[in-house]
Amino acid sequence: MDKLVVERIAYLSRMKLPAQEIPVVTEQLAQIFRLVEAMRAVPTEGVEPMAHPLDLQQPLRPDEPRTGGPQRADLLANAPEAQDGLFLVPRVIE
Amino acid sequence: MSTEWEVVIGLEVHVQLNTQSKIFCACPTAFGAEPNTHTCPVCLGLPGALPVLNEAAVDKAIAFGLAINAQLHRQSIFARKNYFYPDLPKGYQISQYEIPIVGKGHLDILLTDGSEKRVGITRAHLEEDAGKSLHEAFVAQSGIDLNRAGTPLLEIVSEPDLRSASEAVAYLKKLHALVRYLDISDGNMQEGSFRCDANVSLRRPGEPFGTRAEIKNLNSFRFLEKAILFEMDRQREILENGGKIVQETRLFDANKGETRSMRSKEEANDYRYFPDPDLLPLHLAEERIDRVRVSLPELPDVRRIRFMEQYGLPAYDAQVLTAHRELADYYEQVAENLDAKIAANWVMVELLGAMNKAGLEIPDFPVPAGELRLLLQRMADSTISGKIAKEIFEILCSEGGTVDAIIDAKGLRQITDERAILALIDEIIANNPKQTAEYRAGKEKLFGFFVGQVMKASHGKANPDQVNSLLKNRLLSQ
Repeated sequence: MDKLVVERIAYLSRMKLPAQEIPVVTEQLAQIFRLVEAMRAVPTEGVEPMAHPLDLQQPLRPDEPRTGGPQRADLLANAPEAQDGLFLVPRVIE
Repeated sequence: MSTEWEVVIGLEVHVQLNTQSKIFCACPTAFGAEPNTHTCPVCLGLPGALPVLNEAAVDKAIAFGLAINAQLHRQSIFARKNYFYPDLPKGYQISQYEIPIVGKGHLDILLTDGSEKRVGITRAHLEEDAGKSLHEAFVAQSGIDLNRAGTPLLEIVSEPDLRSASEAVAYLKKLHALVRYLDISDGNMQEGSFRCDANVSLRRPGEPFGTRAEIKNLNSFRFLEKAILFEMDRQREILENGGKIVQETRLFDANKGETRSMRSKEEANDYRYFPDPDLLPLHLAEERIDRVRVSLPELPDVRRIRFMEQYGLPAYDAQVLTAHRELADYYEQVAENLDAKIAANWVMVELLGAMNKAGLEIPDFPVPAGELRLLLQRMADSTISGKIAKEIFEILCSEGGTVDAIIDAKGLRQITDERAILALIDEIIANNPKQTAEYRAGKEKLFGFFVGQVMKASHGKANPDQVNSLLKNRLLSQ
């Protein structure tokens, strides 16, 4: 775990990380990795990996469309900017 | 030095599943609604909203897996694919990573030389579609419509088994026909229900795979072919000048017919997949798989072989007629209890020709199968001749109506009354004494002239077989 990795993770997460906080965050992330290392030492041979902590199966929903939830105007009201029924964002185009 | 390069292609195809509701919420999936009217807290990624999996999406994935003889994973896992883009409101796409629902399978394609090739399918996994960005109406901003966000997708990944642009097109067409047969997608490429990315690299035959470029945005069979051919040229030029191929994502520009680098995509290529804690592992019960298996329709390969056996059609005809489920259904309705080969010719030549000319597909085509069938029946029972049948078919295409009404309204009924035909023949012979004498003196080529005159006098309605035999008799009996 070094400064470059932390900067990259911050970028991928779209987090603004002031330069003076990088050493602190680096150390905090390193602590998490030490915890992971400690857990790797636990013998897990013959134990099937779990994808989820609950030993349950995914319930399924019938394919029935429903409308009548929150209205568009209410949903758009959460956005900083909206127009003509669209959410507005800074321009994205290739 | 050999300038021979071998192209290696693998395709990733995103198929929108034609469920009624979205994959993780009950919003409708219908195309073309007012922006953001088919959205809810789940597909907008609002805090606290939780996904619940749509069983129809699962069944459609199972149907695909069975159709390509794939291993179906009894336990599969949903994962978060993390990236930021405005059309992805949660900041991650729910997909499948380590264990997809459909494992290894294969699809057999027919090559241009008539041989078959087996193309491996690595996997197919369930995931949610993103929304749409609209740029035209805004300055320095984009509008986001999230109606499509959460539409179920099946991403089908092939092995790098394809060795030419035409093989890639054959594979994509076969895959397209298959999802239509299975009715798991409407397959509409213009509306983006069936989208393709191509991984393309070059190598010297026998050597390890070269570095590949991934080409995005291929929404037609023609674009796929053009993009691969362009990319092959581009990479060959770089390699032959001693350069190196950069592994990157490229966009196909349909207007310019070229691919160009999408540099912005590179930075984000670190998706940090992890199992989605909001979704439990998906377990496939044997009963569910059996239920889907029982409901599978007859698939293209099986149908093609049946057409050859049941209808006695040549391999080519069977291939053309079964390429699309709607066409095969149409053909079977037309051919029932009629001459199968005549029906095949009519469907392949007249119908496909007219569809092509009008730019229409079977569901929108104005002539229903029952009407074409009746037309062929009227031909078989000698009510009309083949030539008249083609005229009626054109009227059906352009003006609609029914076969019998057109025959009556336009007086197209074939003349099969021997006396009536003989009267015409006698008139023609009487009016053409010179030709008659020459024919009788041995100039047999003139027979065609007489046939033409009789047909013309009958306005094309005299039965041609009867005209032939009666005319021959009359001319020979002095």
